[in-house]
Amino acid sequence: MALNIMQLAVKFADKNPGITQGHRLCPGCAAPNVAKFALMTAEALGYTPVVGFATGCMEVSTTIYPYTAWNIPYIHNAFENAAATVSGVETAYRALLKRGRLVDPNKKYAFFAFGGDGGTYDIGLQSLSGAVERGHKFIYIVYDNEGYMNTGNQRSGATPPGSQTTTQPVGKKLPGKIQLKKNLVEIMASHENVYVATVSTSEPMDFFKKIEKALEFDGPSFIAAMSPCVRFWRVNDDKAVEISKLAVETGYWPLYEVERGVYKITKKVKELKPVREFLEKQGRFRNLLKRPDADEIINELQEYITRRWERLLALEEATKDKPIR
Amino acid sequence: MPEVKNRQAVTGAQAVANAMRQINPDVVAAYPITPQTPVVEYFAQYVADGLADTEMIPVESEHSAMSAVVGAAAAGARAMTATAANGLALMHEIVYIAASSRLPIVMPVANRALSGPINIHCDHSDAMAERDSGWIQLWAENAQEAYDFTIMAIRLAEHEDIRLPVMVNFDGFIISHGVEVVDFLDDEVVKKFVGEPKVKYPLLDVDNPVTHGPLDLYDYYFEHKRQQIEAMKHVYKVFNKVAEEFAKISGRKYNILDAYKVEDAEYVMIALGSTAGTIKYTVDLLREEGHKVGVIKPQIFRPFPKTELQGLLNGRKAVIVLDRSASFGAEAPLYEAVKSSLYELAVKPQLGSYVYGLGGRDIKIEHIRKAFEDAFAGNLIADEERYLGLRE
Repeated sequence: MALNIMQLAVKFADKNPGITQGHRLCPGCAAPNVAKFALMTAEALGYTPVVGFATGCMEVSTTIYPYTAWNIPYIHNAFENAAATVSGVETAYRALLKRGRLVDPNKKYAFFAFGGDGGTYDIGLQSLSGAVERGHKFIYIVYDNEGYMNTGNQRSGATPPGSQTTTQPVGKKLPGKIQLKKNLVEIMASHENVYVATVSTSEPMDFFKKIEKALEFDGPSFIAAMSPCVRFWRVNDDKAVEISKLAVETGYWPLYEVERGVYKITKKVKELKPVREFLEKQGRFRNLLKRPDADEIINELQEYITRRWERLLALEEATKDKPIR
Repeated sequence: MPEVKNRQAVTGAQAVANAMRQINPDVVAAYPITPQTPVVEYFAQYVADGLADTEMIPVESEHSAMSAVVGAAAAGARAMTATAANGLALMHEIVYIAASSRLPIVMPVANRALSGPINIHCDHSDAMAERDSGWIQLWAENAQEAYDFTIMAIRLAEHEDIRLPVMVNFDGFIISHGVEVVDFLDDEVVKKFVGEPKVKYPLLDVDNPVTHGPLDLYDYYFEHKRQQIEAMKHVYKVFNKVAEEFAKISGRKYNILDAYKVEDAEYVMIALGSTAGTIKYTVDLLREEGHKVGVIKPQIFRPFPKTELQGLLNGRKAVIVLDRSASFGAEAPLYEAVKSSLYELAVKPQLGSYVYGLGGRDIKIEHIRKAFEDAFAGNLIADEERYLGLRE
């Protein structure tokens, strides 16, 4: 079933998809749109979404008891187990369906698990990998703001080199995080039966299409969404989309998908902008840019980005029509 | 008493797995860990052979086992898992969440020493580490009780006045791997006894969406904890009711405290789990020698049966408590609980604390006899922890 923008416009003219107003996320935060884009796609395509959330910004600011910003079934369990929790929910669904105990067996359920980068790249990676390996039919979405923002901007496996964080700050002696961001998308793509994609709220149509693909994929899906934290990225609260767009245009956040090993770049940037443009727009790199070794670190990052882009192009060519299974 | 139709010599693990097969839960998520492993192996075989149609989730860790079971139970399924020792410790965080979310999960635990150094044999340090987690703890003496309690636990957990998860503790190896004769109930009888799951606010009732596991700040958290405390208070009443019904189908009647030859006893020993059987045997021997001795085995450790204990221990000469776990820097957990219960008695018996059997160390009749003899000689010191079977 192909989704078109009119479907969304009509369906959600006067209705919130899953997450409603009244949550307490920071103004300008990209995360609610990540959830909203995913859930509105599901609902527009006739799915009934059920959502699991890892502990994090989205979780704490949308469910402050006795209030909730969710008008769909929602479960939070702990930090590192959103994937395991939703695998339990999804399994219960199959069990209850089989045994005729589902309240409404005619509904088409869609199971989503959401986590931030801390709960996904780091502490939750094991449970995510396990759930994907077991083949639960669910969509895991990481909203990647490149740090532990809920606890105040600490380093995560998704933090890029030179970014200011409180647990690996840029100081007089040390240049902050030295390591590159963990390439989680590739780790997830290496699971044998999975649909994996990167998305950005700056490219909504691409986002919707990938969610649609994930919904229709016969197996687990993993979606990585660029989700700037305006607070700790030190950008104005109307800049989340703009900065996401720049992430895509510089190749910092390439938009692509991997379906059972077949690579496809979904936004072919003709000429990548230099990553420095992306870094200079954010306050979190201000201290880095002042350092004498800034060029060294930025060049290393630039080289990585360029090579990764070339590698993606090559992978696209090499894996064309050659799915792993 | 109903006629025994199905008497078999099985391991405790097989007895528990068979109970799970008969319960036929909607979802079982489990990870193998010694000495629980045969429970999930037997159960997986039942599923593979079509003898149970449970959806199994062979998770990648115990943390995920408990997480998936929480998800499944919240979704509206009857969900179970089983574990031991370090597996239970790895679940720890979610063990609390299961109870706090009032999810009626049943989990057999093959009790084992908690590392380190690593040890795979029986003691109670794993379950004791969870004693304040909000789970009900049942303690089995043998394979029969492990089987019976697993079935009874479903009714206890799902009772509308309780809605708390239940751990069914049975000693690792001693019960889990030892072969005993077990009387099994008919499948249909168990099915009828456990009935259909009673589900509250299921996540999968999508027309009535609920938010599970919200952020609970200082304005409500305390009240929610208070509700958990209250739910625990209903356990004894419900246990007795469930036990009565269970007696009707099995002929086996369980009380909150299993009191053996206690009625006229001057010296009473208290212990959890399989050791109670060895103590019963020793009590028989000592009775033949004219000693007025008895043994109490709490069938439930959480909530702690304080009032019931007080009723049974009032007026005794001495009470000896045997613990299969230590509490470093404090009194052993069962002893501490018993001692604190007796504070309110007008005439307090003499008290003695004995720690035994850590890491699977054997407990023998002569050890138990020694502890009793200390009591006969008036040689018990309430503030002294002693050890049985320890090389010193």
